[in-house]
Amino acid sequence: MTEFGIGASVKRKEDRRFLLGKGRYTDDINVAGQTHAVFVRSPHAHAAIKSIDSSQAESAPGVVAVLTGEDLAADGIGPLICGVTVTGDDGEPHKAPLHPALAQGKVNYVGDHVAVVIAETVGQARDAAELVDVDYDVLPAVTSTAEAAESGQQQIHEVAPNNVCFNWPFGDKEAVQAAFESAHKVSSLDLVNNRMVTNPMEPRAALGEFNSGTDEITLHLTTQNPHVHRLVLSAFNQLAPEHKLRVVGPDVGGGFGAKIFVYAEELVVGWACRKINRPVKWTADRTEAFLADAHGRDHVSLAEMAMDENGKFLALRVHTKANLGAYLSTFGTMVPSYLYAFLLAGQYATPLIYSEVKAVFTNTAPVDASRGAGRPEATYLLERLVDICAADMGLDPAEIRRRNFIPIDAFPYQTPVVQCYDSGDYNAALDKAIELADYAGFAARAEEAKSRGKRRGIGISSYVEACGIAPSAAVGQLGGGVGLWESAQVRFNPTGNVQVFTGTHSHGQGHETTFAQLVCDQLGVPIENIEVIHGDTAKTQFGMGTYGSRSLAVGGVAIAKACEKLIAKGKKIAAHALEAAEGDIEFADGSFSVAGTDKAMSIGEVAFNAYVPHSYPEGVEPGFDENAFFDPTNFSFPAGTHICEVEVDPDTGVTEIVKYSAVDDFGRLINPMIVEGQVHGGIAHGVGQAMLEGCHYDSDGQLITASFMDYAMPRADNLPSFDVDYAPTDPPDNPLGVKGCGEAGAIGAPPAVINAIVNALGVRHIDMPATPENVWRAARSAA
Amino acid sequence: MANNKINVSLSVNGKAVSGEVESRTLLVQFLREQLGLTGTHIGCDTSQCGACVVHMDGKSVKACTLLAVQADGSEVTTIEGLAQGAELHPMQQAFMDNHGLQCGFCTPGMIMTALDIVNRNGNELDEATVRKELEGNICRCTGYHNIVKSVQAGAKAMGGNS
Repeated sequence: MTEFGIGASVKRKEDRRFLLGKGRYTDDINVAGQTHAVFVRSPHAHAAIKSIDSSQAESAPGVVAVLTGEDLAADGIGPLICGVTVTGDDGEPHKAPLHPALAQGKVNYVGDHVAVVIAETVGQARDAAELVDVDYDVLPAVTSTAEAAESGQQQIHEVAPNNVCFNWPFGDKEAVQAAFESAHKVSSLDLVNNRMVTNPMEPRAALGEFNSGTDEITLHLTTQNPHVHRLVLSAFNQLAPEHKLRVVGPDVGGGFGAKIFVYAEELVVGWACRKINRPVKWTADRTEAFLADAHGRDHVSLAEMAMDENGKFLALRVHTKANLGAYLSTFGTMVPSYLYAFLLAGQYATPLIYSEVKAVFTNTAPVDASRGAGRPEATYLLERLVDICAADMGLDPAEIRRRNFIPIDAFPYQTPVVQCYDSGDYNAALDKAIELADYAGFAARAEEAKSRGKRRGIGISSYVEACGIAPSAAVGQLGGGVGLWESAQVRFNPTGNVQVFTGTHSHGQGHETTFAQLVCDQLGVPIENIEVIHGDTAKTQFGMGTYGSRSLAVGGVAIAKACEKLIAKGKKIAAHALEAAEGDIEFADGSFSVAGTDKAMSIGEVAFNAYVPHSYPEGVEPGFDENAFFDPTNFSFPAGTHICEVEVDPDTGVTEIVKYSAVDDFGRLINPMIVEGQVHGGIAHGVGQAMLEGCHYDSDGQLITASFMDYAMPRADNLPSFDVDYAPTDPPDNPLGVKGCGEAGAIGAPPAVINAIVNALGVRHIDMPATPENVWRAARSAA
Repeated sequence: MANNKINVSLSVNGKAVSGEVESRTLLVQFLREQLGLTGTHIGCDTSQCGACVVHMDGKSVKACTLLAVQADGSEVTTIEGLAQGAELHPMQQAFMDNHGLQCGFCTPGMIMTALDIVNRNGNELDEATVRKELEGNICRCTGYHNIVKSVQAGAKAMGGNS
């Protein structure tokens, strides 16, 4: 390992600009002649629009334009799309209601987009937005995930009878039924996966500029995937042809999934800047983020496990109702289907699995991927159920896991739910976590806590997830509209420094450092001479962006492949310059040398020769600049065991996490410092879901948790420091041996926390978030 | 009415500045939009997240919760005012050394709050104190683990014991 190569905790190259206040986020960018957009949003969850009178707003000071859905439709812009098809048990594709970027005759959730006011200043636009007079005919609202499809509920969309988007069964129902009938024991659990608001700290924003001379639109966006934005806005929303649309994602202040999707505001800003022929800027305030960012999770499930007399899992059966909100977000259908049901095997060799997911529409904000996306929901369900199984069988939670783990010699392991796990040593991670958490010493600690009137609990969660998204052929077979390969270009400049263009896009993950380490390691170029460039469709080749912990596992491999091409070409150039046969040229540590001699030239000299090819090998193109694409053959499957220990005050319900231990298998680590940071953040996200965060609509469809005053984000004093370790295996399908680490914590943590709290209270179950009030009530009910 | 402009004059990062603002203009808007100091961020509208923390007359304040006119005549320091030339302030350096930032959006507010914590609590800070004091700054990326370490290390370094 070199000081700046693979495996080194290199300090991040991107930090300096952020520390100096010189980051450049979308809202930091201002252009000459810029106007400001403010959206008129629906105050009602469900209503017909009888009329919109914008005359007063139009004549208010500073107002440039007031635009509505009629204007948008007249220009043929939109509607917004959902990119993944799920075929339900009726043999039909999922029901896809019209999703206009500005309402056409009807609004379907509080915060739905009714009109946009564009003015010289934000203040003027806000003032004028209040003058837009919308006459609504209010309809009853549907908000309950569990009840949305029940008879007698208000219909939201004509195309979706009973508010059902799809009912999607998967697995052999009869075989599972038979296994349940002959089982020694059946354990079951009703549980809710609470709705979350993703809440990256930077609110969404868009800045659109139109050049009437070139007919080009430039959109600066808070995006995790600029090319995907450009593709969808262009091919499906008719904003502009791809070559006349530039999408730039500058510094992005966190995403966690919420900035993958193509949103109404982005399309409207892009359209409006051409319509009024002036730059238009929109920045969400936090309330708008709560109202109109895609939300996450929101499942209601029944989980059942059939076991033999030894606690071996025979069959798993899951019935889930998943709330998709009022409209389908860009990948809304995929999350509770493929990203959920295909992970229900978890770490266990359960031979039979049947799941049925009913996805429903409600008068709430659209629901889509949020850190983990489907996998936290699957893991929470399974890892809670496993603890219920352990209790029912009188087994220690660690023991029942061991009895059911997929054994190390079974990899690659074909699960009964499509996925074929690459590598894993689940016992190793569990053993290490048990040691790290001092599981053996828990009883004594619980006893000591009891003497102080407190109750201690310990909880295990052994998760597996699918990252490295995704093999394009698999995506196609599942009804996805895109390929999920990744691209890279590695370019030497004549003076020997390197620019790395990646189709992924960092929003906090430190790609500028990790990818530079990869290149430093492969090409032997000093890390300070390597610059990673991303996030601008005018600068980088087409790429699919960053989500699903894919950037290193897919994008990193593309970079490595481009480096290999440079080395192969460099050998030809060096052979000519060193007057040797190409086969005798070796490359190591940035130097091409003739085997067995002291003749050598640096890769920088080779690059210079390639750009100044005065004496150059015949038939070799000038230039030192290579492209590569990588389409993975399989997902990667990070896994691990997390153990949480809590101390509950039964008098107040206040729960403190006293120790949190995580042991993960991410394959090979490129930058351990960055990986550990990702684990910390993921755990905090998961603890937030388990103990603090709950997104609530009242029965009228009003979002009653629409600010940081009402929605509890994890804060520093809610969390402990974390103990993090690794139990890596070598995934055979990934050329770099990496798996992905960005979502693991958010997946592993919620069941670890709830299992611990349930253990402390001696109750069968408590739903998330386990707030002091909920814990206090549960403690009272147990007493 | 909102259109009535008011003149404000103050010192920002040691430089005298003045400008015309509306009565409703927030200090954070004045800094970002009129002075172009975009290092101070806006992460919420309810004074909760702390992305906008700056120092006014030596104390940390949330710049989204002060009107620009309230800062008239005061001395304001923002994240842009900490480094000495090319050299990072010890607290900034501690955040880099301890991986105390990921997306960077909350970072300026975290650092300005951290300096205020040191000013009030000294250079030897225990973990519990730092966690309690950071309650008004939200980070979604780091889980706070490394921010806490950064603040402790930065505090030490400011005392000359790095």
